[in-house]
Amino acid sequence: MMAATMSTKMNTIQLKIKSQTEKLSFVREFVSDAAQKFGFDEESVNKIALAVDEACTNIIKHSYNYVPNKDIDIKIVTDDGNFEIIITHEGKLFDPQAIKPPDMREYLTHFRKGGLGMHLMRSLMDKVEYKILPNKRSEVHLLKRNPIKVGR
Amino acid sequence: MSNFKIDMREMNNINVIDLKGYLDAHTAPELEKAFQDLLEGKKFRIVVNCRDLTYISSAGLGVFMAYIEDVRKNNGDIKLSNMSPKVYNVFDLLGFPLLYDIAKDEAEAINKFNTLQY
Repeated sequence: MMAATMSTKMNTIQLKIKSQTEKLSFVREFVSDAAQKFGFDEESVNKIALAVDEACTNIIKHSYNYVPNKDIDIKIVTDDGNFEIIITHEGKLFDPQAIKPPDMREYLTHFRKGGLGMHLMRSLMDKVEYKILPNKRSEVHLLKRNPIKVGR
Repeated sequence: MSNFKIDMREMNNINVIDLKGYLDAHTAPELEKAFQDLLEGKKFRIVVNCRDLTYISSAGLGVFMAYIEDVRKNNGDIKLSNMSPKVYNVFDLLGFPLLYDIAKDEAEAINKFNTLQY
């Protein structure tokens, strides 16, 4: 499949899902499609889809405790070379600053079983940010830059 | 239904799990069940053939993490084989090659078990 280099400029597209793990594959397809249209190569498309999967999985597991009828909003905002995914939820807040990137060798040596998702997100994306909004909503911001698009 | 399937084979006292499709938070419980069944049956020599595995997230990696300790305590191992570059990259990002025996193909993984018998 050829990556489109000149495509219709995308500003914002949005997807709403319920907090169910069965929705994750659809989310990955949605995000992959948008990333391809934006002109990312295959490896970057895969990284973006995985990062969004990880973020949504964390929300389903930790923010919503697997309650399956809660809302997760996924918005993709593009601006020049920036491809940003903003994932909004109303679940339990967690402090990502408290979760330091693990020393992977030590982590693996002690057979830890959780916390891999956040480490992955930071490795896959150019920027990962958490924002707390009024009325109990929080946002996860995932940013990847497409160097081909910068300065066009 | 989800696009994920697990097939199991046994050959020469080694159990091979064939993974097909995607391994994410939704499908990972199926792999957990497969490992639970193997461990309950005292099968600790396991090869996971990833030839048809198209995707993995940390949920899938977490399943391997959950069972590796018990398997190795019982003188067994979970060896992985036939990974695509896409899947291998995810393992590599998390440093898994440090902890796991990742073989190019199933025969190599099985051979490694046999070598350890010496």
